[in-house]
Amino acid sequence: MRETPNRELWVGCFVLVAMAGLAWLSLSVGGLELFRPKGLELVASFDEIGGLKSRAQVVIGGVKVGQVKAIDLADDFRAQVTLEVDGELALPADTSASILTAGVLGDQYIALEPGGDPETLESGEAISFTQGAVILERLIGKLIQNIGGGSSK
Amino acid sequence: MNPIAGVGRLGAWAIGSVRALGRFTLFARTLLGAGASPPLRLRRLVAEVYDAGVLSLLIVCVSGFAVGMVLGLQGHNTLVRFGAEENLGAVVGLSLIRELGPVLTSLLVAGRAGSAMAAEIAAMVVTEQLDGLRMMSVDPLDFVVAPKALGMILAMPLLSTLFVVFGILGGWAVGVIVLGGDAGAYLSTLEQATEFSEDVLGGLIKAAVFGVLVGFIATYQGFTARATTAGVSAAATSTVVIASVATLIFDYFITALWGY
Repeated sequence: MRETPNRELWVGCFVLVAMAGLAWLSLSVGGLELFRPKGLELVASFDEIGGLKSRAQVVIGGVKVGQVKAIDLADDFRAQVTLEVDGELALPADTSASILTAGVLGDQYIALEPGGDPETLESGEAISFTQGAVILERLIGKLIQNIGGGSSK
Repeated sequence: MNPIAGVGRLGAWAIGSVRALGRFTLFARTLLGAGASPPLRLRRLVAEVYDAGVLSLLIVCVSGFAVGMVLGLQGHNTLVRFGAEENLGAVVGLSLIRELGPVLTSLLVAGRAGSAMAAEIAAMVVTEQLDGLRMMSVDPLDFVVAPKALGMILAMPLLSTLFVVFGILGGWAVGVIVLGGDAGAYLSTLEQATEFSEDVLGGLIKAAVFGVLVGFIATYQGFTARATTAGVSAAATSTVVIASVATLIFDYFITALWGY
């Protein structure tokens, strides 16, 4: 077995490379959280979240700063969305959150707009100023109603 | 042919199939016992991971890249009709992670390494090497067969992972470089669509099950081969046929059980 060391080296390389690929697939692509530093966790309630899904992006001025961690129905039948944003962000306490859509049919995301309050949001605190998603069908429905109402007069 | 004889032949075929399945189950149980009991035979195992894994690297990576390229092209052509071509990353990635990665890797490895594994063991049967081991009171199942099956089981998830990674690269090459899609959108739609437990872990479990299937079927076919030259080639052929069909059938049931 003269070639044994060489063979072991190859197997070692094979396992290492495959493990690196697996780590990329799990941690980056699959979003498995093992070593990621714990971010700032914020809660926001909305009347209507439309098609927002967990892992949707959270942006400030178009720059991605976090993602939606969980979506639950609160006791008052509002949608409670848990956001996880970069832990180093010092967001003013009067930051507002709104659900927007990328393009007409694109994915929905949450845009944060920092206010001017000197106090900052701590982990677990709620964002009080929120604006829910705009549902296209309801807008069209209202528009048709308005047009119909106008012509009957 | 009169109908009575036809029914009789069907019965004989059914009895034969059940009998073969029973023999296979007994073989698998004995093999599990031999593999689980010490000694571990680490050096033999490394050699088998080399044969099944490292030697299959080239075919798996090249095939993965090619499949990714085709998915990129086909996906782009379809998505463009709906104006959703930025979702290409999700289409390519999810198809590979959930289905194509484990299944195609299993088919390729069954053809590339499984047949070789069966032929090698069958040749040992023909040349009475296994009998020689028994003469020295070395259990051939423990010394030859179990490390081969275990090597296949270890190699399959790793190979499947590499297939997926190269497939995603191939899709990227076509979707972004050739067709001029957005590189950021390719990765971000992929990341948003993929869940670890549902997609990545599900694909890994599929690959591991396929590893068990191919490993056990190949070693069974080799170990029970007729001790003739024709027996060697028959063992290799039936390994590829049975392992491929078993992979495709089990794929459906794992997918259904994993709860999509």
